[in-house]
Amino acid sequence: MQVSKRVILTFPASLAGTPVTYRLVKDYNLVMNILRAKVIPKDEGRLVLELSGEKKDIEAGLIFLKEKGVSIEALAKDIHLDEESCVHCGFCTAVCFQDALSMNPETWKLEFNREKCVLCEQCVDICPMGAIQIKF
Amino acid sequence: MKSFDEINERIKQGKAVVLTAEEVIPLAKEKGIKEVAEKVDVVTTATFGPMCSSGVFLNFGHSDPPIKMNRVLLNDVPAYAGLAAVDVYLGASALSEKEGAFYGGGHVIEELVAKKRIMLRAMGCKTDCYPLEHIETTITIDTINQAILCNPRNVYQNYAAATNSSQRTLYTYMGSLLPRFGNVAYSTSGQLSPLINDPEYRTIGIGTRIFLGGGTGYIIGEGTQHNPGQLKDQNGVPLGPAGTLCVKGDLKQMSARYLRGARIKGYGVSLFVGIGIPIPILDEAMAEAVTISDERIYTSIYDYGIPRRSRPSYGRINYHQLRSGYIKLDDKTVPTNPVSSYAMAREIAAILKDWISNGDFFLIQPVQQLPKDVLLKPMDQNI
Ligand code: SF4
Ligand code: SF4
Repeated sequence: MQVSKRVILTFPASLAGTPVTYRLVKDYNLVMNILRAKVIPKDEGRLVLELSGEKKDIEAGLIFLKEKGVSIEALAKDIHLDEESCVHCGFCTAVCFQDALSMNPETWKLEFNREKCVLCEQCVDICPMGAIQIKF
Repeated sequence: MKSFDEINERIKQGKAVVLTAEEVIPLAKEKGIKEVAEKVDVVTTATFGPMCSSGVFLNFGHSDPPIKMNRVLLNDVPAYAGLAAVDVYLGASALSEKEGAFYGGGHVIEELVAKKRIMLRAMGCKTDCYPLEHIETTITIDTINQAILCNPRNVYQNYAAATNSSQRTLYTYMGSLLPRFGNVAYSTSGQLSPLINDPEYRTIGIGTRIFLGGGTGYIIGEGTQHNPGQLKDQNGVPLGPAGTLCVKGDLKQMSARYLRGARIKGYGVSLFVGIGIPIPILDEAMAEAVTISDERIYTSIYDYGIPRRSRPSYGRINYHQLRSGYIKLDDKTVPTNPVSSYAMAREIAAILKDWISNGDFFLIQPVQQLPKDVLLKPMDQNI
């Protein structure tokens, strides 16, 4: 069964310059779509990927990365909501098509459902308080 | 019938019955208006949202040698200096000359309240009594003389909801309006909204003491664009933007929790202002007014896709429907979203209730009513 999975990879500095992601394509038959990348020379690198392929190949590919020392996170973790500075105005809920950001109808406070977030970043510069940030 | 004096006496004795404008609704349903009029002394109302027509008067104290400032920048945001030597007015929506729409007067005001250091740069016009031409220093709210929040237009009595018929996303002061009626944005705190609970301005007037930005402030007049003549429905609620208030308070007493600089994408900078207004229940008519609930408060929906002063209206909708998350617009189900904070409005109404219940806050009878006969004029474009 073909599936796709979005992940955030953090590469240790020691892996800089080694073609680990290339191996995913070649050895595990995965289609790789790079959503975001940030590599600081001589420091750790961050990569947000969408991997598509057979479920078992994706799993094997991720195990390979782990063994290489790459840490793997689910994608939603990268949106950071600063609850201290959020004023629950609702501006951000207008642009979140995934319903990841919504107002609780009892408390009228903002709720962020990470599971639903696809990191489209629409909300980031909409928040008047700068309370939503992408962690990179 | 109760008078302001009688209510203040009860507050002094710690006997006043104070409820928020939300809490009084179920009481009225259960016990009736008559009982509310007899038992309840004060109902608190509140709002917390972006209010661009806000700003502060500042007096920096005199330098040595003295300067008569005519161009002033606070963290690179220009303030109006056409006043006496070291007096300025900093408007909430003034933009930074360095960072443009990312930083502005609203942020400087929030940082002042938070006691942060602000960079002051001023140019002067050299005179015999003011020889200095240029000054650069830092200030905090504690090192300057007065810091007076003075907002020429806050607390709109109802505000129209916004939608967008056009083909592209519009970035407005009502937030993002998605193309082809993608959403409806609304901004009033509905049943908690101050002027909706006193639609005839019987108790809210010039001199009324209020919660302003976390401190106490005063209503000093009607606000700009005050439009008491707005059409009203059978519930006495104006069908769109109507009355407004001009408020004033000592910024030094306020808190950065209730004055927040804001950056609204594609629009600019503003200030979220928290305001709470107490309403004394003088008689049954006031009891009736404060028990209004979201189901009975209607507003109009305007199409911001038509960039004209008179935007087409897509009918009327009540706040209960708006708050449900979806409304029907010409058979289409459209999601709704607020652009002012009901949670913060609730918090402010509760704080004001505590202040009054604890005998820390007394009511002031207006020294003059707000005008009810002024007309709102469009601009006279005559060249
Ligand atoms: S990044 Fe996109 S999906 Fe995630 S919360 Fe923001 S708007 Fe919603
Ligand atoms: S736009 Fe920002 S402040 Fe407003 S509810 Fe969303 S995260 Fe909170």
